[in-house]
Amino acid sequence: MDPSIPLTLKINTMSGIIGKKVGMTSIFDTDGKQIPCTVILAGPCTVTQIRTKEKEGYHAVQLAFGDKKEKHTSRAEAGHFRKSNTGPKRKLMEFRSFPEAPEMGSEVKADLFAAGDFVDVTGTSKGKGFQGVVRRHHFSGVGMQTHGQHNRLRAPGSRGASSYPSRVLKGMRTAGQMGATRVKIQNLEVVKVIADQNLLIVKGAVPGHNGSFVIVEK
Amino acid sequence: MDLINIAAESAVEKREMPAFKAGDTVTVFYKIKEGNKERVQQYQGVVLQRKGSGLTQTFTVRKISNGVGVERIFPLYSPKIDRIVIDKRGIVRRARIYYLRDISGKKARIEEKKS
Repeated sequence: MDPSIPLTLKINTMSGIIGKKVGMTSIFDTDGKQIPCTVILAGPCTVTQIRTKEKEGYHAVQLAFGDKKEKHTSRAEAGHFRKSNTGPKRKLMEFRSFPEAPEMGSEVKADLFAAGDFVDVTGTSKGKGFQGVVRRHHFSGVGMQTHGQHNRLRAPGSRGASSYPSRVLKGMRTAGQMGATRVKIQNLEVVKVIADQNLLIVKGAVPGHNGSFVIVEK
Repeated sequence: MDLINIAAESAVEKREMPAFKAGDTVTVFYKIKEGNKERVQQYQGVVLQRKGSGLTQTFTVRKISNGVGVERIFPLYSPKIDRIVIDKRGIVRRARIYYLRDISGKKARIEEKKS
């Protein structure tokens, strides 16, 4: 991104909002087809800081979402929120481009989006724990159930050759932690925006548990 | 949960539907599009179950067509359903009468409620 272009003129970067996954449901489209949808509580987010080229070296808008108690806020954080005249918030995020720079302390709401927009939704996927290769990488397991085999049904099989290279190659798919990682789902269609409740209905699934934070970008 | 209902209610039209349950015989008038023309198809059978809650709830209707059992699942508030007519009220002891799949002929009759 070229920092010399003013904030209002940037393209190819995205404005967005912080939200919360509410859950899934289904609605009917104009043809009467039932489509699976996710409901996202998008905002209201408060603008807590405007980062500028002169001061921080880049343009960005910092948004805050979700209230928290004063006693869970450090003094440094409390001072930061005081600057924009808001209470303490749980989540802070920076967004590199908004169509126009909002004012400090103003609110960004779900009406940032309109029905028919395509959005990217980022969240933390559901954690599945330590999983074997069959579940984690869709290996098909080893061989047959009969002919003397009794404990290798879900094993990965060979991991490579023997004396050369005498080691397991980097990037070999193995068992390990699955899920609970940052995942972005691209190009989800916004089906409906309920502006007074700050709700977005997007087509398809969104990463994470119900109630977890998500970032919606367009 | 509340917010989901708010979202769903704003997007799905809640219509008055007759109260029926498993064991009842119903006729579903289902709108079908053929090219540009729309016509209403009738599907009559026994309700096997009602499933889910609120605006996403569905029901299963089973009928015997040309000697083959056919089951169809309808979303209750689908805009494609023109109307539902209850033909018979049946007496069954279960909310989900899956046992009907295993019996046929005279055994598969359901006692009718007299009112």
